[in-house]
Amino acid sequence: MTIGLNHYLVVAAILFTIGILGIFINRRNVIVILMSIELMLLAVNINFVAFSVFQNNLVGQIFTMIVLTVAAAEAAIGLAILVVYFRNRGNIAVEDINQMKG
Amino acid sequence: MLPLDVLVVFLPLFGAFIAGMFGRKIGDRASQIVTCACLLVAAGISIKLFNDVALQGHVIDRTLLHWFDSGAFTVNWALHIDTLTAVMLIVVNGVSSMVHLYSVGYMGHDKSIPRFMAYLSLFTFFMLMLVTSNNLLQMFFGWEGVGLASYLLINFWFEKDSANKAAIKAFLVNRVGDFGFVLGIFGCYLLFGSVEFGGMFAKAKEVASTDFIFLGHTLPALTTVCLLLFVGAMGKSAQLGLHTWLPDAMEGPTPVSALIHAATMVTAGVFMVARLSPIFEYAPNALMVVAIVGALTCIVAASIGLTQFDIKRVIAYSTMSQLGYMFFALGVSAYSAAIFHLMTHAFFKALLFLGAGSVIHALSGEQDMRKMGGIWRIIPFTYAYMWIGSLALAGIGIDGVFGMAGFYSKDLILESAVGTHEWFGVLAYWLGICAAFMTAFYSWRLIILTFHGKPRADHHTMEHAHESPWIMLGPLVPLAIGAIFAGWYAWDWFGGEDRNAFWGNAIFELPSHDPIEAAHHVPEWEKWFPLGVAVPGILLAYVFYWWKPELPGKVASALGGLYRLVYNKYYFDELYDFLFVRTSLRLGQIFWKTGDDGIIDRFGPDGFAATAVRIAQRASALETGYVYHYAFAMVIGVAAFVTWFWIKS
Repeated sequence: MTIGLNHYLVVAAILFTIGILGIFINRRNVIVILMSIELMLLAVNINFVAFSVFQNNLVGQIFTMIVLTVAAAEAAIGLAILVVYFRNRGNIAVEDINQMKG
Repeated sequence: MLPLDVLVVFLPLFGAFIAGMFGRKIGDRASQIVTCACLLVAAGISIKLFNDVALQGHVIDRTLLHWFDSGAFTVNWALHIDTLTAVMLIVVNGVSSMVHLYSVGYMGHDKSIPRFMAYLSLFTFFMLMLVTSNNLLQMFFGWEGVGLASYLLINFWFEKDSANKAAIKAFLVNRVGDFGFVLGIFGCYLLFGSVEFGGMFAKAKEVASTDFIFLGHTLPALTTVCLLLFVGAMGKSAQLGLHTWLPDAMEGPTPVSALIHAATMVTAGVFMVARLSPIFEYAPNALMVVAIVGALTCIVAASIGLTQFDIKRVIAYSTMSQLGYMFFALGVSAYSAAIFHLMTHAFFKALLFLGAGSVIHALSGEQDMRKMGGIWRIIPFTYAYMWIGSLALAGIGIDGVFGMAGFYSKDLILESAVGTHEWFGVLAYWLGICAAFMTAFYSWRLIILTFHGKPRADHHTMEHAHESPWIMLGPLVPLAIGAIFAGWYAWDWFGGEDRNAFWGNAIFELPSHDPIEAAHHVPEWEKWFPLGVAVPGILLAYVFYWWKPELPGKVASALGGLYRLVYNKYYFDELYDFLFVRTSLRLGQIFWKTGDDGIIDRFGPDGFAATAVRIAQRASALETGYVYHYAFAMVIGVAAFVTWFWIKS
């Protein structure tokens, strides 16, 4: 059996869904939410790369590189915020992070 | 150099402006000097103008500025100085300048001297605007201005609750009168097509028989207009019915009572009727009402004066009673006599009030005559002034020889009244005679209670009792001279042979009745009668308060209900409280609570604000603060967009 475009897209879709579920189902840990976001970004990357290969267009792979960079920066900033937040509040349970409540 | 007639009116305004705006910067002493200097100069100019205008006959007409120009309705700011105005200028500026000087001493320990001096000068300016106007509208400007100044000065000690109430009462009662005055001005415009005196007077005769149709009733136009204007005069001059504010106005400092509530402002109504004499002359029914109201005021006020114990209130009721004399003089067309009494009254009543102020000053602010007595040796000058003032007020004098100021003017009024042979003239004469008896009685009651007998003040006050400083006694000298000689000196102008030449066109009497001339031909006993009741009045006061001090209490309890009725001022205040004050308060409550709070605010501003808050609360409930809710919203949003694009394509 040859692995075609559809297989890649299905994997990406599965990864994306896992990411979304990770955000919604997990209500405890902020780090897991961050990881879920990474997962969604990766799903997007897989789509980019797959389309890029199958259409012979390098722009998709270049875009992937950019997304990875942004994701790394985002993870760094997110973790830094978490560290500061933990220092101030003493925990990072998601239930308690609702100070933006109206 | 400005012309003198402009200076005389605007100098007080200048003084008020300097003292009022820069009083804090230039200090107390400078404010006193500026205002007093302005007033003294103005008083000097008044004498010069009196000489030019009244004696030489050069009437001054000067247009200052354009004011209104609307269709056929034109009004200018103008100065019109004829004999009537010249007399008023002397009275207003003369008394006002003396009161200014007196206030330097009397208010010397007050903490807001510049404000006081500024208000006094401002009052003088408005009064001058009133008397120099050549149209009804400018007169109304001055009229309201003196009302304002009166309000400010009654309420000068605004920390005092009673002063607040008295000031508001004065303002509101005057408002009733002013409403009549405004309607009168409208009526004048309707009738004459002009509010300038010249235009009005020229047409008075031809409109005398026209009618107004009002709500299906036919009203004689000129009489209606005159009565409306007279309502205004009643309010300002405290005539019976609209008089309740005047005794309460004594809450103000004593110089204010002397200037505004005795000598000048309250005579504005008399001035107004005299100024409008060419109109009133053609409305005999209105004149009759004026005479009756004046006569009733005269007797009612005098009888209340018999029973009061507050020294200033006694003099206030006396003022009201004397204003009654002036009005019934107007009512019998004796305008000259009314203005004569206005002039002499200004001198002796200002003297009495300032003397009373000196007594109050000596006794550390005590105003109750029951707590005075035995101080005539301590304050001999004040005592002498009060004697002079009371002699002038009671009208003591010998016909053909010499008399105090009040003797000439009061007798002229009474003789003019009886000389008309109209029923209301004769009624006014008899009521006036009774009032003259009462006047003599309460004047000497005041003197004996205040100065004689054993001291009834506590010894602490008595130790501090002292004669007033020269700055307070000095200004009384011109007033005392006026109270003694004004009547004798001015008799020829007001009541004697020179009167027609003196008045010129300033006042107008129908040729058919000349009450002053009639006054000279009344029977001999009617001439002597006023003096014949004044002397027994004085003697009776001595019997009651000197020889038999237990008598007043016995008489009061013997009279019982009658005494209580008079002592409580005929229950006018209670009646008005019941009829008007409470109903209007209740009406106000309804408008305030139901109308304003319940409808306008509830559905207006408050309603909008409450709705906005409610919506915002609902909206903010959407914001949970949980990250996953926001993420969910984003995902749903993306899904929705995608679906939409998908369906569209």
